[in-house]
Amino acid sequence: MAHESSYVPGNAVEKWIDDRLPIIRWSKEHLMDYPTPKNLNYWWTFGAILAFMLGVQIVTGIVLAMHYTPHVSLAFDSVEHIRRDVNGGRVIQAVHTTGASMFFAAVYIHMFRGLYFGSYKAPREILWILGVIIFVLMVTTAFMGYVLPWGQMSFWAATVITNIVGAIPVIGNPILELLRGGFAVDNATLNRFFSLHYLLPFVIAAVVALHIWALHVPGNSNPTGVEVKSSRDTVPFHPYYTMKDLFAIVVFCIPFAWFVFFAPDILGHPDNYIMANSQVTPTHIVPEWYFLPFYAILRAIDFNIFFIDSKLGGVIFFAGAILVLFFVPWLDTSKVRSGSFRPIFKWFYWLFVANFVLLAYLGSAPAEGIFVLLSKIATAYYFIYFLIVLPLLGRFETPRELPTSISESVLKHSTPVGGADPALAKTTH
Amino acid sequence: MATQSNLAHQDAPQPGRRDFLYIAAGAVGAVGVAGVTWPLINQLNPDASVLALASIEFDLSGIEEGQSVTIKWRGLPVFVRHRTAAEIAEAQAVPLSDLKDPETDEQRTKPGHEQWLIMIANCTHLGCVPVGESGDFDGWFCPCHGSHYDSAGRIRKGPAPKNLVLPPYEFVSDTLVKIG
Repeated sequence: MAHESSYVPGNAVEKWIDDRLPIIRWSKEHLMDYPTPKNLNYWWTFGAILAFMLGVQIVTGIVLAMHYTPHVSLAFDSVEHIRRDVNGGRVIQAVHTTGASMFFAAVYIHMFRGLYFGSYKAPREILWILGVIIFVLMVTTAFMGYVLPWGQMSFWAATVITNIVGAIPVIGNPILELLRGGFAVDNATLNRFFSLHYLLPFVIAAVVALHIWALHVPGNSNPTGVEVKSSRDTVPFHPYYTMKDLFAIVVFCIPFAWFVFFAPDILGHPDNYIMANSQVTPTHIVPEWYFLPFYAILRAIDFNIFFIDSKLGGVIFFAGAILVLFFVPWLDTSKVRSGSFRPIFKWFYWLFVANFVLLAYLGSAPAEGIFVLLSKIATAYYFIYFLIVLPLLGRFETPRELPTSISESVLKHSTPVGGADPALAKTTH
Repeated sequence: MATQSNLAHQDAPQPGRRDFLYIAAGAVGAVGVAGVTWPLINQLNPDASVLALASIEFDLSGIEEGQSVTIKWRGLPVFVRHRTAAEIAEAQAVPLSDLKDPETDEQRTKPGHEQWLIMIANCTHLGCVPVGESGDFDGWFCPCHGSHYDSAGRIRKGPAPKNLVLPPYEFVSDTLVKIG
């Protein structure tokens, strides 16, 4: 960052600390003075919302672990025990389970914001890649957490998802047995999933620290996509964005609280209130809503591709759907960062968003009739967007004229008097 | 301080004692790390109590024609089906060219015991337990991703790549089967 630390130790104790571990200096620089573009809109508050949600999940999770028993014969009952007997357990458990859904809702918005405003472009490629790593860790953690209540959906989710590994030729089966600790999902699997479900959130927290570090080196992107050119383009993070983020977190908590207090089970499945039974599969198994788009892609490949059988093919596309995100910074060839200034990109982008929602719907629909064909079309567009549209569009599209600076774009939308006040800054989106 | 001749000696391109010691020490360290890592990974593999359950015996005498049961072997569900004559005839009449994973009905049963179909009850797609006496081929239908199996447990339609897997088993007598 091109700014000097403005910290002056206020007294002898602060001076003593500053000479040994400049943690107050560091905090002031990164949590308060950090120069932030003054035109960030509310889509930019989801980073703070996600940090908040990670905290919520870790705190409620540690509390739940004090009452939960990771054993096949006790796990199901211990979750019911939490919901019925533990003081406040009904609410704490609901915060944790619906919290997972809210966490994913926020992360999808955060990612789609990045895709629209080109936040992944140079010099923020590593920032984006760390974000994708966090997403993969979140998916893994949420999946393992879903297994812990040991209901029918838990058990069959564990069976189906670990079986994905079995699709790998030759080494698939030994790895599958290694993962499960047996020939089928059983107590060994439940125990290790509990252990890893406890560990991974702290790994996520560590990668989040790297993510924020990688953010603070180039500074935030912004809705115009034009880099910060002078101190006139920025405001200090505190109080401008601490307050804006806090307000967004409060608003975000309204639907969150509604789920917790009025509909804690609405996002779940009734079958998960039946204890796990390895002899019977529920007639219609679907993953949690936040995995549905990727589940639809997994199911869409029901045909052999040359020597690759349908099962391995589905797994390759399933993994590819996430792996392709790592390469987005290099697949998008457009020099213009923000989608606001790319007239043709916008069409493909919103079609991609609609397509993603369609995939989610198809993931929940039974694999029959028209849904099978639609899944294939939607899967094709998912990959076409990244592998064909983004690389080619940069070459053929004529972008709109960019503002010369953030200040100019802000002033254009505001009255001259209010122009310098970031609270009045309108977004270009 | 180094003299002129010492400097000339250090600049020599051939690897010296130090390079050898450096690589040797690194190699020993790498072997040590690998040796410590392996038990930490290997502990994830199926343990002795899981492996101890690897073989079971099952009495078939209670299963009527047209009936099937699901038993547990190595933690896996296993279908034991007493097939009807019509099902056997249907399975034997299917030409191999119709099959995604070609296997004759004879290959999937034991000679003299064609009425008994014993297979691991996990769909070869992603491991769900298919529903019996349903699907388009009078066999099994997997509700998870829509795979259809015929009356010999062979994959006919849907995303599953293989026929339902046969566990290793043998008939101890006409009514007693040893699985595993």
